[in-house]
Amino acid sequence: MVVYVLRRLALAVVTLFLLTLIVFAISNVLPQDVARAILGPFAPAESVAQLNKQLGTDQPLLVQYWRLLKGIITFDFGTSYQSGQPVTELIGQTLSNSAKLAILALLLTVPLGVVGGIAAALRKGRLADRVIVTLGLAGSAIPEFVTSTFLIFVLGLKLNVLPVLATWPEGSSIGTQAYYLLMPSLALVLVYFGYIARMARAGTISALEADYTRTATMKGMTRAKVLRTHVLRNALLPTISVVATQTGYLFGGLLAVEVIFNVNGLGRLLVTAAKAKDLPVLSAGVLVIGTIYMVATLLADLLISYLNPRIRLAANA
Amino acid sequence: MTAASSEPGLPVVAADPLAGADRATAALHVENLEVDFLVRGIPRRVLRGVSFSVRPGESFGLVGESGCGKSTTAYSALGLLPDNGRVAGGQALIAGRDVTHMSASDLRQVRLNDVSMVYQDPGAALNPTLKIGMQVTEAFTMLGAAKAEARDRAFEALRRVRISDPRGVMERYPHQLSGGMQQRVVIAMALANDPKLLVLDEPTTGLDATVEAEVLDLVESLREDTGAAVLLIAHNLGVIRRMCDRVGVMYAGKVVEQGPAAEVFDNPSHPYTVGLLRCLPRHGARKNDRRLDTIPGFLPQIGEALPTCVFVDRCPIATDVCRTQAPPVVALGTDTSGARFARCHHIDKVAQIEPTGLLSGADAEAREVEPILRLEDVNVTFHQNRRSIHALVDVNLDLRPGETLGLVGESGSGKTTLAKTILGIQQPDTGSRVVLDGVPLEGSTRKRPQDARRSIQIVFQNPDSALNRAQSVRAILSRALAKLAGITGKEADTRLDVLINHVRLTPRHLDLKPRQLSGGLKQRVAIGRAFAGDPRIVVCDEPTSALDVSVQAAILNLLADLQRDEQSSYVFISHDLGVVRYLSDRIAVLYLGRIMEVGPAADVFAGPHHPYTEALLSAVPSVDGAPETRIRLDGEVPSAASPPPGCVFHTRCPRRLESGICETEVPPLVEVEPGHRMACHIPLEELRGLQAAETVQA
Repeated sequence: MVVYVLRRLALAVVTLFLLTLIVFAISNVLPQDVARAILGPFAPAESVAQLNKQLGTDQPLLVQYWRLLKGIITFDFGTSYQSGQPVTELIGQTLSNSAKLAILALLLTVPLGVVGGIAAALRKGRLADRVIVTLGLAGSAIPEFVTSTFLIFVLGLKLNVLPVLATWPEGSSIGTQAYYLLMPSLALVLVYFGYIARMARAGTISALEADYTRTATMKGMTRAKVLRTHVLRNALLPTISVVATQTGYLFGGLLAVEVIFNVNGLGRLLVTAAKAKDLPVLSAGVLVIGTIYMVATLLADLLISYLNPRIRLAANA
Repeated sequence: MTAASSEPGLPVVAADPLAGADRATAALHVENLEVDFLVRGIPRRVLRGVSFSVRPGESFGLVGESGCGKSTTAYSALGLLPDNGRVAGGQALIAGRDVTHMSASDLRQVRLNDVSMVYQDPGAALNPTLKIGMQVTEAFTMLGAAKAEARDRAFEALRRVRISDPRGVMERYPHQLSGGMQQRVVIAMALANDPKLLVLDEPTTGLDATVEAEVLDLVESLREDTGAAVLLIAHNLGVIRRMCDRVGVMYAGKVVEQGPAAEVFDNPSHPYTVGLLRCLPRHGARKNDRRLDTIPGFLPQIGEALPTCVFVDRCPIATDVCRTQAPPVVALGTDTSGARFARCHHIDKVAQIEPTGLLSGADAEAREVEPILRLEDVNVTFHQNRRSIHALVDVNLDLRPGETLGLVGESGSGKTTLAKTILGIQQPDTGSRVVLDGVPLEGSTRKRPQDARRSIQIVFQNPDSALNRAQSVRAILSRALAKLAGITGKEADTRLDVLINHVRLTPRHLDLKPRQLSGGLKQRVAIGRAFAGDPRIVVCDEPTSALDVSVQAAILNLLADLQRDEQSSYVFISHDLGVVRYLSDRIAVLYLGRIMEVGPAADVFAGPHHPYTEALLSAVPSVDGAPETRIRLDGEVPSAASPPPGCVFHTRCPRRLESGICETEVPPLVEVEPGHRMACHIPLEELRGLQAAETVQA
């Protein structure tokens, strides 16, 4: 098991390295001058050249890339080209906001999706199943900004039960912060409920139809006990992987929701950085999200191999 | 023919053939059971009034081809029908209580106390995420035992099904056990509640013959101990004959014939039973002696209205009356209580059903001709986790033009690896030589010349996955003609006609996709594909294992005909020794990648045999009622990663010599009779003596 985890971690490092390469390549494909982008089209050429020199963006690409790698290893990503703030500080702030939102959304979506999926599977083909499946599908099909606007309209403006913007007063308690983040989280629940419910439903149906479930039934067990001891453990294996892959996205890919609810999150920071060719911020942000993604999938794989001895024992061999 | 459907003198039983049976005391009493499946909202009839009774302590078999309703009958009787299944009429009584209209909690009590089930695929019947110990223990805690006591009883239960090291097995997960061990565990759980009725649904299908024999022995002895009644469902008639007191033959959702197993199999009285038995290659039948009988036509669709005889469309002796009147239930034998009956208007004519084509051709003399294919010192080694697994060890074999070489052995014996090596999809170790027409071939197909590639073709076990589902039959076969024979354009159309004619397909099949064809027709397409480029050698890897016996017979006939016409050679792999015997001229017996015995089919089957061959032969349950079981193999096949020293078979050999030579010295493969080689330390004459009293029937 230890060997397995170590091998996975080594693989993660390689992947992160490739990620930096890709980010660096992409941000340099665009034929845009960094200093020009910062100073604007009317700045004199000398200032642009000077700023480029100051930022080091006039140097050969290889040198620039080397500087980036060195920064990662020493955990010093430098300062933002745009604002001049230290990158670690920028990322730190936005990451904590993003994490709060992602965790709240996961805490709501995963139980709801799993329960909904199992409930649908148990009533396969009947009304409750159809309702859950259709709602889930509709939720995932409608873009986040539409559901967000809808929520703001209903919960915020009409019923006035939740704050419209996720800007809590300075120094609020965790509870208050969660209260402010509830509406954006609900918007995410609507989107992700469908994915998770569908996986949970499919997994449960195949476990219900499996021969071992029939074996358990023939032992004279009640349906509830069959579900508890034999169905669930097998049913949820595929769902775990789906949750893991969604986690990375929830941390860093929520531009629309962050903009609409004014969350100062990682998604927004990255889009702005990308537009301004703010390489230090962009690469640090992508690495952070990549790391989160990889930790999430690693945890999921560990959980799966804990639940499924076939994988666990193969990993040990 | 008069309207009076029954012949004078034949006793006709009342509407309920089981009127005499005691509904209340039978372990399972099924009466006029009718079951529908909802297909797209429309109820389709699958069981059309099934009636039979399993008496306490009796073992009753249901046979019939797939789709006839055997399993549906059993599942209805256990309340396990799928969501779209409905009992539309009739009853299924377990210990006198109707299961079909029982509340969930009553049904649970019945399952808890009275009845148990064993399924076809033991790997799937065990929960992959829970330890064996937990799963077996659970069966006892359900019965009210406390945790510790239940664990002790689970241990006892595993010992009772003769699992070696039950303590260790309890700590393992299902995937860590072999198929035979898994099935023992399932049986141990099934016997936990000391059931009055044990339902076995194809319990040995998919297991090796040797393992099958062990499992059947086990079930039989446990049945004697516990006195449980058994309902056994199997498509293998030999298994039913070996295990069952009485048997019901099902066709299209009806029991068409019923009676004591020996009587039904030795003296079948319904045209379907006659057909089913004649499809099997029996009594040592060979391809050159006779063609196998087939049952022309197809099983009726589910839901089809069959107001009269269900078998009428495929019956060789059907007359007008069979289409206008439901057949009577005719009691047979001395007992008129309905213990033995058949549903047929023409019982008296059944005996006159003519077997089809006897062939005049005798076996071709073993001519001294150059072999078309020669395997010289072929070794295949797999490397896994820094261990070497020897899949084939020093294999030397010849294949002559126009002959069939049968490969037999348990799973893991190297049959498929050998086939792959011949085809060039498995690279043999250096030093191995595969020689086609005197020319050594490269180990990989890609490096072989086009002509060599065209010469060696394969027919797979499962035509479903072997054929491209997106293409029509025409596209599949045309592509094979273009790729293998280089024939395109107008000429291809002509050749296509010839080809489909050869494999007995008609032009209307050409525009269909594989999914629109039955299993047998699909296999014909697969055979057509293999024959497109006039191959000299066709490797057939279990080509009929996924097919019903009547379809199997048609495919075997086709293969024999093609061989006669085209002089092609076959390498034929099958676990069914009857089938191998029918088609093969010579047979090679493999064990752990080594050839144990090779020789003319007649000699290999007649004996004296290698002890391993002997064990394989005696493991096969025969439809004709086997002689007393002679030798059984114990234990598992050793791992190919660490084969036993000396003779690799010595760990399981029932005839191992006491001198100890078997444990230390590898027996050479020597010629013991002309063309018959064997790797055994026991001299041939001694083997002959040991095996003398015993005649082999396959």
